Amino acid sequence: MIRLIYYELIKIFLKKRTYLGFGIVLLIVPLVEVAMKLEGGRFLTMAMRGLSKDFLFFGNIFNGWFVAHQIMNSLWLHIPLLISFVAGDQLAGEATAGTYRLILIRPVSRTRIFISKYITTLIYTVIFVFFLAALSIGLALALLGRGDLIVLTRNILILPESEVAWRFLIAYLLATWTMITIASISFFFSSFVENAIGPIVATMGLLIVCTVITVMPVEMFEIPKKFLFTRYLDMWQKIFMDPIPWNEVKIGILYMGSWTLAAVLGAWSVFVKKDILS
Amino acid sequence: MNENILQTRQLGKRYGKRWAVRNLNLEVQCGDVFGFLGPNGAGKSTTIRMILSLIKPTTGETELFGYSLKSRRSDALRRVGGIVEKPDFYLYLSAYKNLEIIGALSGGAERKRILEVLDLVGLTSRATDRVKTYSHGMKQRLGIAQALLSNPELVILDEPTNGLDPQGMKEVRDLIVHLSSVQKKTIILSSHLLYEIELVANRMVIINNGELIVQGNVSKLLDEGEKYVVVQGHPRKKVESVLRLQKNIIEKYTVKEGMFEVRMDFTDIPELNKALVLAGVHVQALIPRRSLEDLFLSMTEHSNEARA
Repeated sequence: MIRLIYYELIKIFLKKRTYLGFGIVLLIVPLVEVAMKLEGGRFLTMAMRGLSKDFLFFGNIFNGWFVAHQIMNSLWLHIPLLISFVAGDQLAGEATAGTYRLILIRPVSRTRIFISKYITTLIYTVIFVFFLAALSIGLALALLGRGDLIVLTRNILILPESEVAWRFLIAYLLATWTMITIASISFFFSSFVENAIGPIVATMGLLIVCTVITVMPVEMFEIPKKFLFTRYLDMWQKIFMDPIPWNEVKIGILYMGSWTLAAVLGAWSVFVKKDILS
Repeated sequence: MNENILQTRQLGKRYGKRWAVRNLNLEVQCGDVFGFLGPNGAGKSTTIRMILSLIKPTTGETELFGYSLKSRRSDALRRVGGIVEKPDFYLYLSAYKNLEIIGALSGGAERKRILEVLDLVGLTSRATDRVKTYSHGMKQRLGIAQALLSNPELVILDEPTNGLDPQGMKEVRDLIVHLSSVQKKTIILSSHLLYEIELVANRMVIINNGELIVQGNVSKLLDEGEKYVVVQGHPRKKVESVLRLQKNIIEKYTVKEGMFEVRMDFTDIPELNKALVLAGVHVQALIPRRSLEDLFLSMTEHSNEARA
């Protein structure tokens, strides 16, 4: 199995499209952070205009942690697209290229091939999310220094610097967990079709529809929205609350895990029975 | 040498209401070069896909080396290599890397073996080039290399000469002969080019519209086919009068598309030639026809008529 995973990794990481997501992140994150360094102070001043009349702030509040947190907020809807570029290509890409005819006539079970491809997808997802984390946090801290983290939601919460690093770590672990769900859904769509665009469009379509249903305050959506994965897509944000609502986080983990499991089992049942006609 | 290494029983595949392959019973014995003939769309590739477990049959089963493909898939495929239709690879990787990946799925291929098969198909010098830079012929040869990578006892080649120029076709045919006679491999060769099968196969099957039409020994089937000599010469009147007179060696003759088709024993061709020349005929050609192609055409025609 390790050998199969190794060669799947070679297939992924020698493909140009794999680096598309990394390239976009590598372009956007420094661009945003440099822009924030040059002009971002005004953004914080505006956001805290009301408060500055009543409170005095000491120290570097417009710091790297703050910018990294803002990036995590703003980029998070785009990351699924970049993840599905690769996850959606995992099975469909072999069909498009006609290489199923090479690999599925070997004396190795389809289940083993499926598992190796799925594990490779997970590895890519983890690497991608942590690349984003390392770049956005590392560069932000280098450019803007350290300090307490100001979390701007409906309220303003100030988290002491001593708590920020581990909160980011857990937040990114949860973000990875949710991105694994997205990757698995994309992988599921990938098992059906014979071109890699289909799974990307299907994943993003599902994401948009579910997000709309989740955020719309319409009564008829109240029951279905309880079951949608988008309900917990941003569960990592709860880590920046005080106190952290661990119960909700646990439920979110289980929810996303269930979606992941359903997507993987669905993909597996399609893949092992699939007639290779391409 | 008569061990059955491939056997299909009542193998069939249905798409909707249409049967792509129906009740196919094949037997391939150890050492065979087994020709798998049929016109385009006859069901050859569907059958090969079922044999190699790319598609699941609707009916019947396949046994390879005594193992059922349904219950012992890995054991059944362990000693088999193949190409299915056109050769596709990871175009962004080198031929060597492609073979390394494919080898990993058969338990791992050593560098020495990869280089050996690349050498066998004449691709050593291009081993590290990306496959996307390869011509169709080179990809076809790489397809054969990957089929041979795990040193299989049974090699299934689905139309391996498709799209090749005459020289490329000859090279592939020579390679098949080499694999059979020197490396003692059993080969299933599918093709819609009948002369190709005639050149290399010892046993064959003809299928049409997904159904088996005939199966057997190539030379025996050839003997069962009609034998005739195509006579071309002028003046035509003189040719015809000679043919009319040579009743001792000619069974009958017909005129087809301006040429004479003469039913006769091939051993009497020199005598006919002599008679034609003595009668003042300018003989352009005396072509003995005992081709599998005729047999194939007549059989597929009969099959189509029966269906109609």
